[in-house]
Amino acid sequence: MAEAAHRPHPTTRQYWEIALILAVITGAEVSVTYIDALDAVVVPLLLVMAVAKFWMVVAFFMHLRFDKPIYRNLFLIGIVATPLLFGAVLFTFGVLIG
Amino acid sequence: MSTVTHPDPTEHAGHPPLPHVRKVAMWAFLGSECLFFGSLISTFLLYRNRTGDGPAAADIFDIPFTSISSFILLMSSLTMVLAHHASERKDWRRMRVWLLATALLGMTFLAGQVFEFTEFVHHGLTVSTSPFGSSFFVLTGFHGAHVAVGVIMLLATAFMSFGGKLRADGGMNVELVGLYWHFVDIVWIVIFTVVYLLQV
Repeated sequence: MAEAAHRPHPTTRQYWEIALILAVITGAEVSVTYIDALDAVVVPLLLVMAVAKFWMVVAFFMHLRFDKPIYRNLFLIGIVATPLLFGAVLFTFGVLIG
Repeated sequence: MSTVTHPDPTEHAGHPPLPHVRKVAMWAFLGSECLFFGSLISTFLLYRNRTGDGPAAADIFDIPFTSISSFILLMSSLTMVLAHHASERKDWRRMRVWLLATALLGMTFLAGQVFEFTEFVHHGLTVSTSPFGSSFFVLTGFHGAHVAVGVIMLLATAFMSFGGKLRADGGMNVELVGLYWHFVDIVWIVIFTVVYLLQV
Protein backbone atom coordinates (compact mmCIF):
# COMPACT_ATOMS: atom_id res chain seq x y z
CA MET A 1 0.00 0.00 0.00
CA ALA A 2 1.47 3.29 -1.01
CA GLU A 3 1.75 5.79 1.82
CA ALA A 4 1.76 9.52 1.34
CA ALA A 5 5.23 10.99 1.26
CA HIS A 6 6.44 12.86 4.34
CA ARG A 7 6.09 16.59 4.12
CA PRO A 8 8.86 18.67 5.66
CA HIS A 9 8.41 19.43 9.37
CA PRO A 10 8.16 23.05 10.57
CA THR A 11 11.33 24.97 11.32
CA THR A 12 12.46 26.02 14.80
CA ARG A 13 11.18 29.52 14.15
CA GLN A 14 7.76 28.15 13.13
CA TYR A 15 7.57 26.09 16.33
CA TRP A 16 8.12 29.26 18.36
CA GLU A 17 5.46 31.07 16.33
CA ILE A 18 2.97 28.25 16.95
CA ALA A 19 3.76 28.37 20.68
CA LEU A 20 3.17 32.12 20.64
CA ILE A 21 -0.23 31.63 19.00
CA LEU A 22 -1.09 28.96 21.59
CA ALA A 23 -0.11 31.34 24.38
CA VAL A 24 -2.25 34.13 22.92
CA ILE A 25 -5.25 31.79 22.60
CA THR A 26 -4.79 30.68 26.23
CA GLY A 27 -4.76 34.33 27.30
CA ALA A 28 -7.91 34.96 25.27
CA GLU A 29 -9.61 31.92 26.85
CA VAL A 30 -9.03 33.27 30.33
CA SER A 31 -9.98 36.82 29.32
CA VAL A 32 -13.39 35.92 27.86
CA THR A 33 -14.44 34.30 31.14
CA TYR A 34 -14.03 37.71 32.85
CA ILE A 35 -15.94 39.76 30.24
CA ASP A 36 -19.61 39.90 31.26
CA ALA A 37 -20.70 41.16 27.83
CA LEU A 38 -19.63 37.82 26.33
CA ASP A 39 -21.65 35.67 28.73
CA ALA A 40 -24.07 34.62 26.00
CA VAL A 41 -21.33 33.34 23.70
CA VAL A 42 -18.66 32.32 26.18
CA VAL A 43 -19.31 28.56 25.87
CA PRO A 44 -18.99 28.33 22.07
CA LEU A 45 -16.04 30.76 22.17
CA LEU A 46 -14.17 28.62 24.71
CA LEU A 47 -14.93 25.42 22.82
CA VAL A 48 -13.72 26.88 19.52
CA MET A 49 -10.49 28.11 21.13
CA ALA A 50 -9.90 24.73 22.82
CA VAL A 51 -10.42 22.94 19.50
CA ALA A 52 -8.00 25.36 17.80
CA LYS A 53 -5.31 24.71 20.44
CA PHE A 54 -5.92 20.96 20.30
CA TRP A 55 -5.62 20.94 16.51
CA MET A 56 -2.45 23.06 16.49
CA VAL A 57 -0.65 20.80 18.96
CA VAL A 58 -1.73 17.63 17.16
CA ALA A 59 -1.06 18.92 13.66
CA PHE A 60 2.24 20.74 14.22
CA PHE A 61 3.86 19.52 17.45
CA MET A 62 2.77 15.89 16.99
CA HIS A 63 3.45 16.21 13.23
CA LEU A 64 0.19 14.52 12.31
CA ARG A 65 -0.18 16.94 9.41
CA PHE A 66 3.14 15.82 7.96
CA ASP A 67 3.21 12.10 8.80
CA LYS A 68 1.77 8.96 7.24
CA PRO A 69 -2.04 8.80 7.06
CA ILE A 70 -2.15 5.57 9.07
CA TYR A 71 -1.12 7.45 12.24
CA ARG A 72 -3.81 10.06 11.71
CA ASN A 73 -6.43 7.39 11.07
CA LEU A 74 -5.56 5.49 14.25
CA PHE A 75 -5.84 8.66 16.30
CA LEU A 76 -9.05 9.67 14.51
CA ILE A 77 -10.69 6.43 15.66
CA GLY A 78 -10.18 7.58 19.25
CA ILE A 79 -11.17 11.18 18.49
CA VAL A 80 -14.39 10.15 16.73
CA ALA A 81 -15.29 7.47 19.28
CA THR A 82 -14.84 9.81 22.25
CA PRO A 83 -17.86 12.10 21.53
CA LEU A 84 -19.92 8.95 20.92
CA LEU A 85 -18.82 7.69 24.33
CA PHE A 86 -19.63 11.13 25.81
CA GLY A 87 -23.13 10.96 24.33
CA ALA A 88 -23.72 7.38 25.44
CA VAL A 89 -22.61 8.02 29.03
CA LEU A 90 -24.48 11.32 29.38
CA PHE A 91 -27.63 9.88 27.80
CA THR A 92 -27.54 6.67 29.84
CA PHE A 93 -26.81 8.16 33.24
CA GLY A 94 -28.25 11.62 32.71
CA VAL A 95 -31.51 10.77 30.94
CA LEU A 96 -32.34 7.07 31.19
CA ILE A 97 -31.23 6.48 34.78
CA GLY A 98 -31.34 10.10 35.89
CA MET B 1 35.55 -20.09 4.77
CA SER B 2 32.19 -18.63 4.08
CA THR B 3 31.14 -15.48 5.85
CA VAL B 4 27.91 -15.68 7.80
CA THR B 5 26.00 -12.41 7.93
CA HIS B 6 23.58 -11.99 10.79
CA PRO B 7 20.50 -10.10 9.71
CA ASP B 8 19.11 -7.36 11.85
CA PRO B 9 16.64 -9.18 14.16
CA THR B 10 14.15 -6.35 13.67
CA GLU B 11 14.12 -6.74 9.90
CA HIS B 12 12.08 -9.52 8.29
CA ALA B 13 11.24 -9.93 4.65
CA GLY B 14 7.85 -8.43 3.96
CA HIS B 15 7.42 -7.02 7.46
CA PRO B 16 7.20 -3.30 8.10
CA PRO B 17 10.25 -1.72 9.74
CA LEU B 18 10.26 -1.71 13.55
CA PRO B 19 10.21 2.11 13.99
CA HIS B 20 7.00 2.26 11.92
CA VAL B 21 5.44 -0.52 14.02
CA ARG B 22 6.40 1.24 17.26
CA LYS B 23 4.89 4.47 16.03
CA VAL B 24 1.68 2.73 14.94
CA ALA B 25 1.49 1.15 18.39
CA MET B 26 1.95 4.53 20.06
CA TRP B 27 -0.79 6.17 17.97
CA ALA B 28 -3.14 3.24 18.66
CA PHE B 29 -2.37 3.62 22.37
CA LEU B 30 -3.06 7.36 22.23
CA GLY B 31 -6.34 6.71 20.40
CA SER B 32 -7.38 4.37 23.21
CA GLU B 33 -6.31 6.96 25.79
CA CYS B 34 -8.79 9.40 24.18
CA LEU B 35 -11.54 7.00 25.22
CA PHE B 36 -10.09 6.61 28.71
CA PHE B 37 -10.05 10.35 29.36
CA GLY B 38 -13.33 10.74 27.47
CA SER B 39 -15.04 8.47 29.97
CA LEU B 40 -13.55 10.38 32.91
CA ILE B 41 -14.56 13.77 31.45
CA SER B 42 -18.10 12.61 30.72
CA THR B 43 -18.35 11.30 34.31
CA PHE B 44 -17.24 14.71 35.56
CA LEU B 45 -19.85 16.44 33.38
CA LEU B 46 -22.49 14.13 34.77
CA TYR B 47 -21.65 14.89 38.40
CA ARG B 48 -20.36 18.47 38.24
CA ASN B 49 -23.48 19.90 39.90
CA ARG B 50 -23.81 17.21 42.54
CA THR B 51 -21.79 18.95 45.21
CA GLY B 52 -23.74 17.79 48.28
CA ASP B 53 -22.58 19.71 51.34
CA GLY B 54 -19.20 20.40 49.82
CA PRO B 55 -18.01 23.44 47.87
CA ALA B 56 -18.88 23.93 44.20
CA ALA B 57 -16.37 24.60 41.42
CA ALA B 58 -17.04 28.36 41.40
CA ASP B 59 -16.32 28.55 45.16
CA ILE B 60 -12.83 27.09 45.04
CA PHE B 61 -11.36 27.24 41.54
CA ASP B 62 -8.52 29.72 41.20
CA ILE B 63 -8.58 30.40 37.46
CA PRO B 64 -5.51 32.72 37.32
CA PHE B 65 -3.41 30.07 39.10
CA THR B 66 -4.67 27.22 36.89
CA SER B 67 -4.13 29.41 33.80
CA ILE B 68 -0.46 29.75 34.69
CA SER B 69 -0.21 25.96 35.20
CA SER B 70 -1.87 25.44 31.82
CA PHE B 71 0.51 27.88 30.18
CA ILE B 72 3.49 26.03 31.70
CA LEU B 73 2.25 22.68 30.36
CA LEU B 74 1.55 24.23 26.97
CA MET B 75 5.08 25.62 26.78
CA SER B 76 6.46 22.20 27.72
CA SER B 77 5.05 21.01 24.39
CA LEU B 78 7.24 23.62 22.71
CA THR B 79 10.38 22.45 24.53
CA MET B 80 9.45 18.84 23.72
CA VAL B 81 9.10 19.48 20.01
CA LEU B 82 12.41 21.39 20.08
CA ALA B 83 14.03 18.33 21.71
CA HIS B 84 12.65 16.15 18.94
CA HIS B 85 13.79 18.66 16.32
CA ALA B 86 17.31 18.61 17.82
CA SER B 87 17.37 14.79 17.81
CA GLU B 88 16.43 14.77 14.12
CA ARG B 89 19.46 16.99 13.49
CA LYS B 90 21.54 14.70 15.75
CA ASP B 91 22.29 17.64 17.98
CA TRP B 92 22.36 15.48 21.14
CA ARG B 93 23.53 18.16 23.54
CA ARG B 94 20.71 20.52 22.63
CA MET B 95 18.24 17.63 22.66
CA ARG B 96 19.23 16.86 26.27
CA VAL B 97 18.79 20.49 27.26
CA TRP B 98 15.26 20.62 25.81
CA LEU B 99 14.32 17.23 27.28
CA LEU B 100 15.41 18.36 30.73
CA ALA B 101 13.60 21.69 30.28
CA THR B 102 10.44 19.75 29.39
CA ALA B 103 10.83 17.56 32.48
CA LEU B 104 11.33 20.66 34.62
CA LEU B 105 8.18 22.29 33.24
CA GLY B 106 6.29 19.03 33.82
CA MET B 107 7.47 18.92 37.43
CA THR B 108 6.44 22.55 37.88
CA PHE B 109 2.97 21.70 36.59
CA LEU B 110 2.79 18.76 39.01
CA ALA B 111 3.89 20.96 41.91
CA GLY B 112 1.09 23.36 40.99
CA GLN B 113 -1.40 20.52 40.96
CA VAL B 114 -0.26 19.31 44.38
CA PHE B 115 -0.63 22.86 45.72
CA GLU B 116 -4.09 23.17 44.13
CA PHE B 117 -5.27 19.83 45.55
CA THR B 118 -4.01 20.84 49.01
CA GLU B 119 -5.92 24.12 48.79
CA PHE B 120 -9.10 22.30 47.75
CA VAL B 121 -8.81 19.90 50.67
CA HIS B 122 -8.39 22.88 53.03
CA HIS B 123 -11.57 24.33 51.53
CA GLY B 124 -13.45 21.12 52.27
CA LEU B 125 -13.34 19.36 48.89
CA THR B 126 -11.95 15.83 49.07
CA VAL B 127 -12.39 12.76 46.90
CA SER B 128 -15.18 11.56 49.24
CA THR B 129 -16.98 14.89 49.84
CA SER B 130 -19.36 14.66 46.90
CA PRO B 131 -19.74 13.10 43.43
CA PHE B 132 -18.30 16.38 42.09
CA GLY B 133 -15.21 15.98 44.28
CA SER B 134 -14.78 12.32 43.34
CA SER B 135 -15.07 12.90 39.59
CA PHE B 136 -12.84 15.99 39.76
CA PHE B 137 -10.02 14.35 41.71
CA VAL B 138 -10.16 11.11 39.70
CA LEU B 139 -10.00 12.98 36.38
CA THR B 140 -7.29 15.50 37.28
CA GLY B 141 -5.45 12.91 39.40
CA PHE B 142 -5.23 10.48 36.50
CA HIS B 143 -4.01 13.29 34.29
CA GLY B 144 -1.39 14.19 36.89
CA ALA B 145 -0.31 10.53 37.02
CA HIS B 146 0.15 10.63 33.25
CA VAL B 147 2.27 13.77 33.58
CA ALA B 148 4.38 12.05 36.28
CA VAL B 149 4.93 9.03 34.01
CA GLY B 150 5.88 11.44 31.21
CA VAL B 151 8.43 13.19 33.43
CA ILE B 152 10.00 9.80 34.28
CA MET B 153 10.12 8.94 30.56
CA LEU B 154 11.74 12.29 29.76
CA LEU B 155 14.39 11.91 32.45
CA ALA B 156 15.07 8.30 31.41
CA THR B 157 15.42 9.37 27.77
CA ALA B 158 17.81 12.19 28.69
CA PHE B 159 19.80 9.76 30.86
CA MET B 160 19.94 7.15 28.05
CA SER B 161 21.29 9.74 25.65
CA PHE B 162 24.45 10.10 27.75
CA GLY B 163 25.32 6.49 26.89
CA GLY B 164 24.72 7.09 23.20
CA LYS B 165 21.78 4.66 23.14
CA LEU B 166 19.52 7.11 21.35
CA ARG B 167 21.84 7.45 18.39
CA ALA B 168 21.20 3.88 17.25
CA ASP B 169 17.45 4.32 16.87
CA GLY B 170 17.62 7.58 14.92
CA GLY B 171 15.73 9.55 17.54
CA MET B 172 12.64 7.29 17.50
CA ASN B 173 12.60 7.03 21.32
CA VAL B 174 12.51 10.83 21.57
CA GLU B 175 9.70 10.97 19.04
CA LEU B 176 7.61 8.40 20.93
CA VAL B 177 8.15 10.12 24.28
CA GLY B 178 7.24 13.38 22.54
CA LEU B 179 3.98 11.96 21.19
CA TYR B 180 3.02 10.82 24.69
CA TRP B 181 3.95 14.19 26.16
CA HIS B 182 1.99 16.18 23.60
CA PHE B 183 -1.00 13.93 24.21
CA VAL B 184 -0.85 14.73 27.92
CA ASP B 185 -0.86 18.40 26.89
CA ILE B 186 -3.90 18.13 24.59
CA VAL B 187 -5.83 16.28 27.29
CA TRP B 188 -5.12 19.20 29.61
CA ILE B 189 -6.31 21.65 26.94
CA VAL B 190 -9.69 19.90 27.09
CA ILE B 191 -9.71 19.60 30.91
CA PHE B 192 -8.78 23.26 31.36
CA THR B 193 -11.71 24.36 29.22
CA VAL B 194 -14.37 21.83 30.24
CA VAL B 195 -13.53 21.35 33.92
CA TYR B 196 -12.25 24.81 34.87
CA LEU B 197 -13.28 27.62 32.53
CA LEU B 198 -16.81 26.38 31.78
CA GLN B 199 -17.60 25.75 35.45
CA VAL B 200 -16.92 29.20 36.90
